[in-house]
Amino acid sequence: MIIAERKPVEEIMHMVSSAERILVLGCRGCVSVCSAGGEREVEILASLIRLGKQKEGKKAEVLEGSLVRQCDKEYIDSIDIWEGKYDAIVSMACGVGVNFIANLRPATVVYPGVNTSFFGGSAEQGVWAEQCAGCGNCILHHTGGLCPVARCAKSLMNGPCGGSQDGKCEIHSEVPCVWQLIHDRLARLDRKKDMLEVAPIRDWRPAGHGGPRKVKRDDLSV
Amino acid sequence: MSDFIPNIHAFCCHYTSQQMCNEGQEELSREGFPENVVINRMVCTGKVQVSNLLKAFEEGADGVYVVGCPEDKCHNLMGSQRAAKRVGAIKKALAELSVEPERIEMFHLERGFHPEFVSVAQEMDKRLRKLGLSPFKGEQS
Repeated sequence: MIIAERKPVEEIMHMVSSAERILVLGCRGCVSVCSAGGEREVEILASLIRLGKQKEGKKAEVLEGSLVRQCDKEYIDSIDIWEGKYDAIVSMACGVGVNFIANLRPATVVYPGVNTSFFGGSAEQGVWAEQCAGCGNCILHHTGGLCPVARCAKSLMNGPCGGSQDGKCEIHSEVPCVWQLIHDRLARLDRKKDMLEVAPIRDWRPAGHGGPRKVKRDDLSV
Repeated sequence: MSDFIPNIHAFCCHYTSQQMCNEGQEELSREGFPENVVINRMVCTGKVQVSNLLKAFEEGADGVYVVGCPEDKCHNLMGSQRAAKRVGAIKKALAELSVEPERIEMFHLERGFHPEFVSVAQEMDKRLRKLGLSPFKGEQS
């Protein structure tokens, strides 16, 4: 899922400094699961904005709402139920949601309430770790299911780099060297010889280095 | 000493607030429990949400505190530890709003009848009298 984290309150207060009617809009998708932008977090941020405005001695009406998702036009349309009741939206969805509101509501002021961090999963309660870089050309079948693009500090295609020590990354000493994990795992799976193959120079265009990406499915298009 | 009487909201778990429930507000007052502290009794402080505590500030509290079981002896195992984390999150948010984080506090007390239940209330009362009116009660333009 997409992992996000609420922006500092002072940054959000600065964004909404001139707004008197604010809609804090959560998303019940990924950001709800990672406790960054679901209904509970909307309630908290709305409360903090109200308190911040009270402290500044400014009048403000802060509405709370959430959508099933903010990355589909159909759900963005449901913003209409708050029509005329806000000057600005603080979206607690990932950056996709903020873009969708901006794309589909040309006259609506929308601000991001979270920093969109990465694609990851829950490592333990309250901790999320990056697992996928969305690079557009998955090589996990070569690496035993462990991603060197997202989990190696150097995104090496042939590793380890030589700097790792005791199974830890030389850049971040608390992070396991993913190439060590890949070698260990392939050995366990009796696929040691796979590591003798040298991966070719990678074409990074599918990773977004060639501009915004798009997936088009003719079978689903109408 | 200032005449300012702070509005204080306390969130206490079933076990740490037994004294209040058994003795009643009058008896507690005789023991020195400040009358300006409003007690919200909960089944467990692990039940208290960040939004509940923020709402207390929105409703006019000058300060808020939570009283839960000792960290390693919570009746519900980790309830008071969870509450302490949530209090910590609010301290951080208050600091980001340039408001004194000391306006909210977590206390871990033994269950039952203990003078500490009164003394933490007195401590918060003293602290908040010193800090003064909540900055959230600013004049509206």
